Amino acid sequence: MTAAVPPLPRPRRARGGTLSTARRREGVIAIGMAGPAVLLLLVFFVIPVGLAFALAFTSARLISPTPARFVGLRNFAMLAEDPVFLRSVLNTFAFAAVVVPVQAGLALGLALLVNGRFRGTNFFRTVYFIPVVTSMVVVSIVWTFLYRKDGLLNRIIDAVTFGHVQGPDWLNDPSTSLAAIVFMSVWQGAGFHMIIWLAGLQTIPAELHEAASIDGVSRWTRFRFVTWPGLRATRTFVLITITISAFSLFTQVNVMTQGGPLDSTTTLVYQAVRSGYQQQQTAYASAISLVFFVLVLIVSLVQRHLTREKD
Amino acid sequence: MNAKTRRLVAASLVAVTTTAVLAGCGAADGGSGAEGGVLKLWTHNAGNAAEYDVVEKVVNDFNAGQSKYKVEIEAFPQGSYNDAVVASSSSKKLPCILDVDGPNVPNWAWGGYLAPLELSGGEVPLDDQLPSTVGKYQDKVYAFGFYDVALTMFARKSVLAEHGIRVPTPDQPWTRAEFAAALADLKASGKFEHPLEMGTGGSGEWWPYAYSPQLQSFGGDLVDRSSYKTAEGALNGPEALDWAKWFRSLVTDGYMAQKSGSSPNDDFLNGKSAIEWDGSWDAAKNVEKLGDDLLILPPVDFGRGPKIGGASWQWAMSAHCAKPEGARAFLEFTRKTKYFTEFAKATGTIPATDAAAAQIPGYEPGGRYESFVRSARDFAVVRPVTPAYPYLASVFEKTAKDIVAGAEPEAALDEAVKQIDANLKLNDFYAG
Repeated sequence: MTAAVPPLPRPRRARGGTLSTARRREGVIAIGMAGPAVLLLLVFFVIPVGLAFALAFTSARLISPTPARFVGLRNFAMLAEDPVFLRSVLNTFAFAAVVVPVQAGLALGLALLVNGRFRGTNFFRTVYFIPVVTSMVVVSIVWTFLYRKDGLLNRIIDAVTFGHVQGPDWLNDPSTSLAAIVFMSVWQGAGFHMIIWLAGLQTIPAELHEAASIDGVSRWTRFRFVTWPGLRATRTFVLITITISAFSLFTQVNVMTQGGPLDSTTTLVYQAVRSGYQQQQTAYASAISLVFFVLVLIVSLVQRHLTREKD
Repeated sequence: MNAKTRRLVAASLVAVTTTAVLAGCGAADGGSGAEGGVLKLWTHNAGNAAEYDVVEKVVNDFNAGQSKYKVEIEAFPQGSYNDAVVASSSSKKLPCILDVDGPNVPNWAWGGYLAPLELSGGEVPLDDQLPSTVGKYQDKVYAFGFYDVALTMFARKSVLAEHGIRVPTPDQPWTRAEFAAALADLKASGKFEHPLEMGTGGSGEWWPYAYSPQLQSFGGDLVDRSSYKTAEGALNGPEALDWAKWFRSLVTDGYMAQKSGSSPNDDFLNGKSAIEWDGSWDAAKNVEKLGDDLLILPPVDFGRGPKIGGASWQWAMSAHCAKPEGARAFLEFTRKTKYFTEFAKATGTIPATDAAAAQIPGYEPGGRYESFVRSARDFAVVRPVTPAYPYLASVFEKTAKDIVAGAEPEAALDEAVKQIDANLKLNDFYAG
């Protein structure tokens, strides 16, 4: 009997032990699983971002014999007085304000076109998607040629108007340069969002469309009351991704105009890179990045608020 | 901890340590037989086979000639070379020997990248070199180059003769008025949409390199070189304003494109322009295409004599070098006339010494390219010798582009001066 007594409490203890061990084990596994990703995020995202924020309040330079010191808000005070920076903010917003609706609209139009069942759908989908898979640098260089004063675009204008209209020197004229970059960017980016819209369109149950056509509604009504509401989630996604990518406009500017002529195409990211590398002003560039981050954050929050589920 | 968890943790640990070890291996110098050790050498010539071959030959000669040190080359594409140097300097991993673009020497010396050379040996004394090929900062020599390049104007003999335009010589260059009259005649002929090709489609260092000498010939400059503490008066004085107005007038008068094509030299060779402002690096190609019809002309004298920019790529020793005597031995070894000759031959540039020039066809006295040597000696102005140079260059590029695009010259120059002065002040005038 003596042998039978001790085992009694053991299972109880053991059961309690198994529970907590299991939980602990789960925790360890979770840490083990998340570890690599967390480590990478820390090293390549959290620390750099944290550093950038901290550097914005110092005198850090890319090349300097003296260590960086804390300078408070000096970099931000300088930003406020920098006409090129203010122009960059303005250009960035102007670019986003045009690109977001136009690119989203065009992409939706293309998606509706290639959503139908007709011969060659895949061909058109591919054609519209080609600019997306082409490197932005290559696209920018090619469009620089198209936009030249004696480039293809102006030749077409000349031919179509029988020589009555002379196209401007698109990228070298402050009044047309940003518009030229907007046009080219929309052309390049629309294909990507067309695919997203297309995915959204195909989640809408076919019965709804069938029901609508049995009811004999017009195409517009069907779009307005079936398709559009069915795209709610896609809409939010497209809106936010286009906005963020529009705000980070850099490659086109760097390749095509370097911010010119007369600051007409300079952007926040372009200025951050220019001050940080070319001009070696790491702290100033960090300050620009911090302002950029805050602006994008505000815009995204506003968008989140406007597109939230209103129940 | 049960076996499964333990295995997971162990696997994670292994993964982490492997990564760390791999990273460590990348950083550590590979061992070698040389008793003095391995000297790393960095060059920007990865995409530049002709010059790279000479670097390789010099290094092989050095390695074969002694057994104490072994120099190992690492080549980078020019576009990312400076970034690589800056990045490895912040982690204190610069190689012993590296090349550096002339105008960056003061910046890198000030930033603690470079060590003063203090060369004592070598076949060719530093004094024999073209002054622009020796990189100095605060009276110390930090770098030397085997060659330089020169700005020049190319034109066709036949075109100038047809329009009755005098062929200028280094002793009697075109004056501002003569140049203006020549451009007006060429434009009036109707044969050239833009008679003058200045390469305004370029960007980066080309702008300060190509156009600041013209500003200097007018009497202006990027910064007041007497103190290096302000650009006031130098970049926005009456002379600079005069330059800015002239520069813009080239566009408004239709003499020059606001932004020229992507291959200005081909445009000149194809007869699209009559006069091209270009570098000596295109001379060989032009001679080949145009033969005797090609004229290699000195720069225009806008009042203060003709000017060109000086200094090209040079060799230096890093401040992080653990074996400075080895790096010095290598650099002294390279100072032989035959290497000066080979570098210049391979790159089609101006050799840094007269002895080397005498051995390269065309650069000898009376040769086809002798005027380049003369220009490099007599007209070259090194870009401002200050650690602030990269900043000055960036501001000048933007300002000049704005002016060409039609910005109000006075306001644009004043803004440039304001920015430069603010930057100088912010960095305590780059003292130290």
